[in-house]
Amino acid sequence: MLPESLILSALIFVIGTMGVIVRRNVIIMFLCIELQLNAVNLTFVSLSRYLGIDGQVFVFFVMTVAAAEAAVGLAIIISIFRHYGSVDVDNFRMLKW
Amino acid sequence: MVEILFYVFAAIVLGGALGVVMGRNPITSLMFMVTSLAGISGIFVLLGAHFLAAIQIMVYAGAIMVLFLFVIMLLNLGHDYQRAVRGWGIVVLGFAVTGSLGGLLAKQLKVGSQEFYNNPEAGMVIDADLLEHGAVGVIAHPLFTDYVVAFELTGILLFVTIVGAIALAKKRV
Repeated sequence: MLPESLILSALIFVIGTMGVIVRRNVIIMFLCIELQLNAVNLTFVSLSRYLGIDGQVFVFFVMTVAAAEAAVGLAIIISIFRHYGSVDVDNFRMLKW
Repeated sequence: MVEILFYVFAAIVLGGALGVVMGRNPITSLMFMVTSLAGISGIFVLLGAHFLAAIQIMVYAGAIMVLFLFVIMLLNLGHDYQRAVRGWGIVVLGFAVTGSLGGLLAKQLKVGSQEFYNNPEAGMVIDADLLEHGAVGVIAHPLFTDYVVAFELTGILLFVTIVGAIALAKKRV
């Protein structure tokens, strides 16, 4: 089952990359980044079956960091929305206003 | 049986992922994402990572996705029914990047040796550990011995995240 799950995670990663590049809504780009993180998690878990339990411990850490990243990123999105009134990335050109 | 279940879950995951990218409404995308995460958790169970499957449902599909839902509803984006794409040049660029990335990944997958893939002893160590320590113990033991520093640092990271999120999202005084 290892090659199949590696192929599956490669497919999910590619779909996530496509979403990050193509979509304009920041929240959907964020969801696609989560999708990429999940693809990597799937790779870790499927290889941990061959190489020992450490992969699963690492997935645990990845999930924690993903939660932290989602909280901070969504806070940034809220604060940008207050300023511009939209969540399109095309509006976010300036680092400071 | 396991193979059939794997393909069922893989179809769910792929369908969900495509739905996230192609969905018209942010909430539709989010619901597809939850489906996809549930499918990945099913695959985790098939691969012997029972604890991670439970965590996947509780933390990812439960907490993080609900956070996204809160933000979508707070910003009132649920009425947005256009599939906003960033212009056709970027779409072509996206296909080029993802095509080359997919080709690279496929090439790497082919490099992996067949005896590694077909190793009959694969998973026996983890299965024995699972029987001996249980689904939580098998991941808790390395977490609290070898990785205990990283575990404590994760706590600090979460604390900093709480402070940062509140400071960023609060109204300017």
